[in-house]
Amino acid sequence: MKTDAIARLMALLPKGRIMSGPAHLAAYESDGLTAFAARPLAVAVPETQDEVIQIVRFCYAEKLPFVARGSGTSLSGGSLPVKEGIVITLNRLNRIVRIDPAGRIAVVEAGVVNSHVTTAAQKYGLHFAPDPSSQSICTIGGNVAFNSGGAHCLKYGMTSNHVLGLKAVLATGEVVEFGGPSREQVGPDWTGLFVGNEGLFGIALEVTLQLLPRAETFHTVLAGYDSLEKAGDAVSAVIASGLLPGALEIMDALALEAAVAAVHADYPPNAAAVLIVELEGPREVVAWDRVRLQEILAESGAMEVRVAKDAAERLAIWKGRKSAFSAVGRLSPDFIVQDGVVPRRKLGEALKRIGEMASEARLRVANVFHAGDGNLHPLIMYNGKEADGLARAEALAGKILRMCIVMGGSITGEHGVGVEKRDYMPEMFTTNELDCMKRLRAAFDPLEIANPGKMFPEGAPAVMTTAQHGLHPLEKAGVITRE
Amino acid sequence: MNTDKDMVVTTPEELAEAVQSAPRVLAVGAGTKPRLSAVASDVVKISTVKLSGIVEYEPSEFTFTALAGTPVKDIAAALAERGQYLPFDPLLVDAGATIGGTVAAGLGGPGRFRFGGLRDFIVGVRFVDGGGRLMRMGGKVVKNAAGFDLPKFFVGSLGRFGALAEVTFKVFPRAVTTRTLRLGAVDTAAMTTIFTEAAGQRWELDALEAWPAEGVVYARLAGPAAALDVLAAEIFSRWPGAALTDDEASRCWNGVREFAWAHDGGELVKVALVPGAVAGFLSWTQTMAGARTWVGLGGNVGFISLPRGGTLADGLAWPAMTLRGGGALWPGKRADAKVYRAVKAALDPQGRFPSIED
Repeated sequence: MKTDAIARLMALLPKGRIMSGPAHLAAYESDGLTAFAARPLAVAVPETQDEVIQIVRFCYAEKLPFVARGSGTSLSGGSLPVKEGIVITLNRLNRIVRIDPAGRIAVVEAGVVNSHVTTAAQKYGLHFAPDPSSQSICTIGGNVAFNSGGAHCLKYGMTSNHVLGLKAVLATGEVVEFGGPSREQVGPDWTGLFVGNEGLFGIALEVTLQLLPRAETFHTVLAGYDSLEKAGDAVSAVIASGLLPGALEIMDALALEAAVAAVHADYPPNAAAVLIVELEGPREVVAWDRVRLQEILAESGAMEVRVAKDAAERLAIWKGRKSAFSAVGRLSPDFIVQDGVVPRRKLGEALKRIGEMASEARLRVANVFHAGDGNLHPLIMYNGKEADGLARAEALAGKILRMCIVMGGSITGEHGVGVEKRDYMPEMFTTNELDCMKRLRAAFDPLEIANPGKMFPEGAPAVMTTAQHGLHPLEKAGVITRE
Repeated sequence: MNTDKDMVVTTPEELAEAVQSAPRVLAVGAGTKPRLSAVASDVVKISTVKLSGIVEYEPSEFTFTALAGTPVKDIAAALAERGQYLPFDPLLVDAGATIGGTVAAGLGGPGRFRFGGLRDFIVGVRFVDGGGRLMRMGGKVVKNAAGFDLPKFFVGSLGRFGALAEVTFKVFPRAVTTRTLRLGAVDTAAMTTIFTEAAGQRWELDALEAWPAEGVVYARLAGPAAALDVLAAEIFSRWPGAALTDDEASRCWNGVREFAWAHDGGELVKVALVPGAVAGFLSWTQTMAGARTWVGLGGNVGFISLPRGGTLADGLAWPAMTLRGGGALWPGKRADAKVYRAVKAALDPQGRFPSIED
C-alpha cells in the first residue's frame, strides 16, 4: 500500500523529485527543534505552484498526511514530519514574482528566503520588516505559517502585519486567493486568519507583502547593568517616556558569557545584564529622541553606556545578540528554547521565578529576550546523554509556560505551538475554545491531513529522540541562528 | 429589517444568552455605518451600546481591553490622558462609533498609513459564536502566536460569524507634535506622483490623504517639533504647499474622521485601491452626478459619497463596501471560495447570524 502510494506520487513529478530512500529521508527527520524526529514516507520537491497543488490534491485523494517545509528552522517542531506522511519541500518555489516600488509591495513565492525580499527591495529604499534571527535562511512560507516575529515586533508587529494577501492551496485541494495588493480591504480578514495557521489549513503558494521605507538613521545603544532588575526597570522607563524604539532587547549574564565565548562579542565586563535599545527614523527625529534616551539611561543606574558610532559597531552589537542562542551551545551540549510572553511589567518577577525554578531543577537557564514586548526566551541547558536530561529540561520548560499563562501572557510569542507546546494549549484555552479552533481547522482540512499532530494535543504522537545531539547542523555551520 | 423585539445587553454573559434567545440575531453598535446591519432577512437586533466600559487599561503594557459597545470616544479620551492613542485613527468617533462596531466594520482612518490598520492593533477578542458559546481568542499581551488568529478574522466580518463581547488592543505613545502640510496637486497624475514618491521617502509620514475635488494632498508628520519643521521644509521644496495652523489641521482631520465632506443621508462606499488604480477610480467616479470622493492611505483606499437617491455606476473594479445608503453591501469585485461557507458553518452552524452576503 505504502509502496503503491509512492509509485503513484512519483508519477506526478519528474524523476528524482520524489525521494524515498533512507538517506534522503533522514535529512528531513527533524527541524530546528532537534529533540524530535520522525521519518516520513517520502519527500516531494515541487518546483511550481501547480505541482504543489497536484501533490496536495493527491494527498487529499489518498488521505495521506503531509507537512510543508521551507528551510526547517521551526523551533516548535512545526515542520516535523508526520511518520508515514509526505514532506513537501518548498525551497524551489522561490521566485520573486514582482516588486512594485510605487505600491510598496512584493509578491513572492513561499520558498523565497526572508532576507531575499529585502535584498530585492533595497534598491528602491524599501525593506520587509519581519526579521526572525534565522532570516538569512528561513522562508516566507514558514514565516506565514507560524506568524514569525523578530527583534522589531513592538513597533512593526509580526509577519501577519505585513501580509496583504496570499494564494494558497487548502488541505481539500481548493485553491484560494485571500486579500490583495491594497493595504486596505473590505470584508472578513481571511488573510489574517490564514497567517499563523501552523500548516493546518494548507500551503501558502504566493504571498503579497507590504514593504516599508528603510529607516534613514539607526541609533543603537548598549547599556550594561549590575542586575537584571535594573535593566528591566530601564525598559519600563523607556516605555514610560513615550519613545517607541525599534528594538528593546535584554541578555543576562549567562547569555553574555556565551556570546563572548562564541563570537568574541565585546560587552561591559561583569555586567549581570545588557540592554540594547535601537531608535530609528529620520535623522532629525532620531537626533531628538536620542537625547531623551540618553537622559533615561543616565538615570537608570547603568554601569556603562555605549553608543554604536557607525554601522559596523551597530552590526557588532546585533551580532552578539543574534548569535546568543547558538552560542549557548558552547556552554551546554543541549538546550531548549522557550518563547513565552508575560505582561511587560511582570518581566522582573518572571525572571526571578525562572531563576528559582531553574535552581530547584538543578538546571542552568540563560535569558535573552525581547523586553519591549515581554517575549521571554529562556534557554534551558541540559545534557541529552543523561537519562533524565531532556525530561527534566522539559519539566522546567513546562513550569515556565504555566507561569506565563498565570501571569496573563501566552505560551508563545513568535515560535508557534507546533509539537513542542501543544500539550499546554488546554491550559491557555478552554475546551470550548479549543473545540472552536478544531472546527475551524476542519473547515479547511476535514481529513486532518495537513500537518497533523501540531497545535492540538491530540493526534499522531511526536517521536522523541536524542539522536540529534546538540546544535542543529546548520547552526554548527553558522548558517542559522535561533531567536 | 428591524423588529420590535430588539434586545439590549449589558454583559458578555447576557450577550451569549441573547444570541441563543432567537433563531436569527445580529449585534449592532451605535449604527454609525447603518448599511452594514441593514440586512434583508428578519433578525432580532442585539444592541451593544450598554455593553460598555473599559475593562482594563495598562499604559505600561500598551494595551487596553474594552467591552464591545464602548464608544471609541471614551477610549480615545482615556488613552490621551496617558499620552497614548489608537494609531489607526478610528473613524466616526464623534458620531458615536463603538469599538466593537469599528472592529466589525474593519474601518480605520488616516493614521493607518504609518503603523498599520485596525487589524494590526487588535490582539484579542471575546465573542459569542452561533452556538451561544462565549469564548476568548488571541490574548491580552502585545505579542502572542498561540492558536488561530480569529481576532483578525473578526475585523471586517460585520458580526456575521460571531458577536463581539470584548476586544483587546495594542496602543502606541502619541507623538508630541504633528504638522499637517497642504500640498497642491493640479491633476490626478500629480496626486499619484505625490502618493508614490512621498510614501517611500525618509520622512516617515504619519498620514497621506487627498481631496481630489480641490486638488489637495494632505501630508501629516508626527514627532518632535524641531525635527518636523526641517522635514516640512524639505517636503515643500519638492512640492509647493503650506503648513496648516493647529486649528486648521484639527478641523481638517476631524473632517476626514467624521466624513464631513460626504453627503448627508446619501450613499457612502469604501473602496480598497492601490496607488496605480487611483486615476481609474477617479475617472469612474466622475461618471456619477454629484459624486464626491476622498482618497486616503497614499492611494490605498477611496471613499465615494453620492447624494441621497444616487446609485453607483457599474464598473467598480475594486473590492468595496457600502457604509451608508441603500446600495448593495458589496458593490465591487468579490472573491468566493468554498472554504468561506465551511468557516461560516464552523462558527455558526445554525445560521443564527445573517450571511455575509446579506
